[in-house]
Amino acid sequence: MTRSSWPLYEVFVRGKRGLNHVHVGSLHAPDDEMAVRNARDLYTRRNEGVSIWVVRADAITASSPDEKDPFFAPAGDKVYRHPTFYDIPQDVPHL
Amino acid sequence: MSFDNAYESLIEGGEEKHWAFGTGFTDALAGVDREIPDVDRDDLAAYCLMLGDDALVYAQRLAEWCSRAPELEEDVALANIALDLLGQARMLLTRAGEIQGTDEDTLAYLRDAAEFRNVRLAEIDCGPGPGGDFGTTIARLLVFSTWRLALLDALTGSADPVLAAVAAKGVKEVAYHRDHAAQWALRLAGGTEFSRSRMIAGLDKVWPLTDELFTPHPVELRLAGVAVDPSTLRSEVDSVLDTVLGAADLARPDVPQSPGAGRDGVHTDELGPLLAEMQQVARALPGAVW
Repeated sequence: MTRSSWPLYEVFVRGKRGLNHVHVGSLHAPDDEMAVRNARDLYTRRNEGVSIWVVRADAITASSPDEKDPFFAPAGDKVYRHPTFYDIPQDVPHL
Repeated sequence: MSFDNAYESLIEGGEEKHWAFGTGFTDALAGVDREIPDVDRDDLAAYCLMLGDDALVYAQRLAEWCSRAPELEEDVALANIALDLLGQARMLLTRAGEIQGTDEDTLAYLRDAAEFRNVRLAEIDCGPGPGGDFGTTIARLLVFSTWRLALLDALTGSADPVLAAVAAKGVKEVAYHRDHAAQWALRLAGGTEFSRSRMIAGLDKVWPLTDELFTPHPVELRLAGVAVDPSTLRSEVDSVLDTVLGAADLARPDVPQSPGAGRDGVHTDELGPLLAEMQQVARALPGAVW
């Protein structure tokens, strides 16, 4: 593969105590298997995580900034969607 | 999940405010009994130097790829491999120093080529210098890490607790090195005609130095129970290499072996310049610290 033809991958890492994978950056690799290994070399050097996901960047569909208003603004003014009317006990950590 | 900072979830317990400093580390040799076992001390020190010099010299060769690797990711990968080996070299040279009453720095920087006990496979130029290229580098990495993994795996049962601990840590590192080399060997061999020819040329260049890896040295034989007799590693290493070569559809190189014994300080003329570069700062400024 020539220098310019390594596809871009997005990298997600989950820490030891994490519950989900977090996006940490991107890299280039010739294929999926090498992408996982490159992610291990680049993004877990300081013991950041115990699990890696890599996804080809062109497999990701993202929302467009132009559509920010129709997509996200309507959710900002609907108080009935937030469960603020319940009392949550102090000792419930993840809710 | 709501985190202000993507890395907050990666930090355990939130002790480190700055994720960039990582999540802490453990000392692999903490709590290991450093009492020298009941064997000939000179032999044990010599054996530690053998394994340590293998790692030190090879780490120096891999470091030559820094800023010159084909891709940024590969640059970091080779540097990581070099640093893993350098860490093993430090622990082994420190152990040799403990036995002889010296230290790792004196051993690394003030010995001459004839006092180094590494195998010749570690010292030859496989690129990026004139001696090779990425294909040659991968060929040597494949052979060296397959051999070293088998050796360290056997060494985890050593009667010397320090060697066993160094081996246990090293096994995890070298397993990854071997995987990295195998992945690249498959891709180079199955890539273009050019990459395949470079992979084959690389294997042809390193193969003559493989018999030396399995030739037992008197020191290794005298230290039975503490050291590993490398001749016992041959079948495992051959079977792994055959698996990789088979998957890559490559033939075993058909080249004669090169006689010689790095383990006795008889090296190629490539070790001298390598050491000169590695040692020049320490020798120019004796006793300097930073």
